[in-house]
Amino acid sequence: MEAVKSLFESMIYLATHLSEAMLVSVEIFLLTLLFALPLGLLVAFGRMSKNPIICTVVKIYIAIMRGTPLMLQLIVVYFAPFFVFGMKITQSYRFIAVIIAFSINYAAYFAEIYRAGIQSIPVGQYEAAHILGYSKAQTFFKIIMPQVVKRILPPVTNETITLVKDTSLAFAIAVAEMFTKAKELSASQASITPLMAAGVFYFIFNYLVAFIMERFEKALDYYR
Amino acid sequence: MGEILFEVTNMSKSFGELEVIRDVSLAVEKGEVVSIIGPSGSGKSTLLRCATMLEKMDSGELAFLGEKAAYMGASGIEYADKKALKKIRSYYGLVFQNFNLFPHYSVLKNVIDAPMTVDGLSKEEAVARAMEILDRLGLADKVDSYPCELSGGQQQRVSIARALALKPQVLFFDEPTSALDPELTGEVLKVIKQLAAEHMTMIIVTHEMQFAKELSDRIVFIEGGVIVAEGSPDEIFASDNSRVREFIGKFTS
Ligand SMILES: Nc1ncnc2c1ncn2[C@@H]1O[C@H](COP(=O)(O)OP(=O)(O)O)[C@@H](O)[C@H]1O
Ligand SMILES: [Mg+2]
Repeated sequence: MEAVKSLFESMIYLATHLSEAMLVSVEIFLLTLLFALPLGLLVAFGRMSKNPIICTVVKIYIAIMRGTPLMLQLIVVYFAPFFVFGMKITQSYRFIAVIIAFSINYAAYFAEIYRAGIQSIPVGQYEAAHILGYSKAQTFFKIIMPQVVKRILPPVTNETITLVKDTSLAFAIAVAEMFTKAKELSASQASITPLMAAGVFYFIFNYLVAFIMERFEKALDYYR
Repeated sequence: MGEILFEVTNMSKSFGELEVIRDVSLAVEKGEVVSIIGPSGSGKSTLLRCATMLEKMDSGELAFLGEKAAYMGASGIEYADKKALKKIRSYYGLVFQNFNLFPHYSVLKNVIDAPMTVDGLSKEEAVARAMEILDRLGLADKVDSYPCELSGGQQQRVSIARALALKPQVLFFDEPTSALDPELTGEVLKVIKQLAAEHMTMIIVTHEMQFAKELSDRIVFIEGGVIVAEGSPDEIFASDNSRVREFIGKFTS
């Protein structure tokens, strides 16, 4: 009972005193989606390109993004301006570095999901559209893309949920998001409850994400 | 002799080493119904796919309504420019063996979308045209259904309606009933007969011998990528060519 009470009090404390940190986490999440979702489509096209140079470059990029830890990528992006260009790293660049690192990392994952989705559409759909006189762009946006969206929603939901939790990696470069702040607080209060409260925050956040994605899936349930 | 709407001359097509179509020529007049029969793997689908430009042929000439889509240039086959091909493509339609309806569109949307997107019809015009066609094909009560809610026979009729909505001059069919349960082939064949009665020009690849016999003005028998025999249904069914006799025997016994 005591533990629950203290957790609850910590929640209230975090909600009031750390609403800014929460907002930062939500911002990282939303901005990453905003950039990574369309960027992923571009990457997917590159990956499927008939041009061997483009295809190979994109393949290597995807391999690196998927084959190395996101935390390492984040640190590289953060320090790159200093080590590569000798530029001074400003305070505001911390947040920008997170968005850049997360966006290019998630774009690689989304690209592979898009590619699998696009390639799963039967060739007959393209042929039917072609015979009916649709242009390539009309075929893609009217016939192929809507079917791809339906097929990729489950894996996109998975990635999105992972992203919610991954926002906590921003603590590696001391961005003042939820996890960073909860950890600070936990240290200063010598208590684990702020971290537990952060866990509850991530859980609720993901519950909302799953709820919204399920709505999308339901909305596309009208056909098979 | 009527106007020739579709003509292919000396068409050849290989996949790698495999010669699938060898020097095939075929001309179809306005209002004519031509059935193409022949064993599996003889190149019937490839012939239709080259004729409808889903596949590029290696050599030969292709024309619709006298307009050349492909011809032999100095250094091999040449296709007309993009604009000319777009126009030529509007002259014909193709009905696929497995329908290829757009699953995310309702029946009505499947039929109105191409006329609106490709031909720029207004929604009112497209809907009026679609309703008239769907009604004729016995699908008036299915306009709001989605393809997954229909039987195979109904889906194939919708795909025929979708093709008709663009008012093609020539309609190709690639085994339109082969993907259907036997009890559902009748409703599709009936629709094709109806179109024949309306003097639609049609080129039909089929294994339905009785249907081909009743409906066709001409039957073309293909084997090994060449036209082995060609003639009126009576001529083909009374053919003294042993390959033709054997093939027809298998399907009509
Ligand atoms: N895209 C392709 N690539 C390679 N071979 C093909 C291709 N399409 C068809 N073929 C081959 O061409 C031959 C004729 O096929 P097809 O035209 O489908 O015959 P049919 O429709 O008369 O059964 C077959 O041997 C088939 O395997
Ligand atoms: Mg075939």
